[in-house]
Amino acid sequence: MSMKLSTRQVDGVTIVDCSGRITLGEGSVMMRDTIRDLLAKGNKKLILNLGEVNYIDSSGIGELVSAFTTTKNQGGELKLLHLTKKVHDLLQITQLYTVFDVKDDEAAAVKGFK
Amino acid sequence: MEQTVSYTLDSTLETVDHAEEKATRIATELGFGEDEVMQISMAVREGAVNAVLHGNAYAPDKKVILAFERTPEDLVITIRDQGKGIDLSGIPNPLAPENLLKTSGRGIFLMRSFMDVVEIRPSQTGTEIKLIKHVHGPSAGVKEGSQ
Repeated sequence: MSMKLSTRQVDGVTIVDCSGRITLGEGSVMMRDTIRDLLAKGNKKLILNLGEVNYIDSSGIGELVSAFTTTKNQGGELKLLHLTKKVHDLLQITQLYTVFDVKDDEAAAVKGFK
Repeated sequence: MEQTVSYTLDSTLETVDHAEEKATRIATELGFGEDEVMQISMAVREGAVNAVLHGNAYAPDKKVILAFERTPEDLVITIRDQGKGIDLSGIPNPLAPENLLKTSGRGIFLMRSFMDVVEIRPSQTGTEIKLIKHVHGPSAGVKEGSQ
């Protein structure tokens, strides 16, 4: 299953619902373009909902890192929501779990923005 | 009895997906558990990415050789490219604080995390990556074949 992204607004926060695979190629490029477009349009409170992401490779991990740092460098904030076990385990192995702001509850994640 | 299957693949992104799919199918047929199948398929995917991107640099005249060998104790997967050879000394530790937020450089680390043995042999005519996963239970065979 290839990657699909859709965005929605909740109380001034942009939630990007991701599903499928974030891997080298189309999935990674789609993620990068979406984050850049959102930031360019002034959306700086971002949540990546990864609840339907069933596979991610090292390139996909790199895209998550890129999304996080790009958002931060532009004065924004990015949180990850609903990690699947596979993504959770990969972020643990790569020691990125504590770098990202990871949430399990959407409403709390939205409220948590400064 | 040793059984081997090997594939000769183009240096394309499709090869990365195909390598992962073959690894998933063979590891499943050999009786590995769901988590181990995922680990094996991801390690093979990362090895294929190295071969296609960093080894052969997408060159249409260069091939990736992917081989699966079943021994009594192990599943041995070999991925060979025809590039200039990877410089192992130039690969930073992705867990070092200064590298944690880098957007690349985790492929070999993931291979080492997921497989029991990872051997990387660079040469001027290409790099060979050998990935070994120990077989813990009974398993089916692998038939000869090529693509």
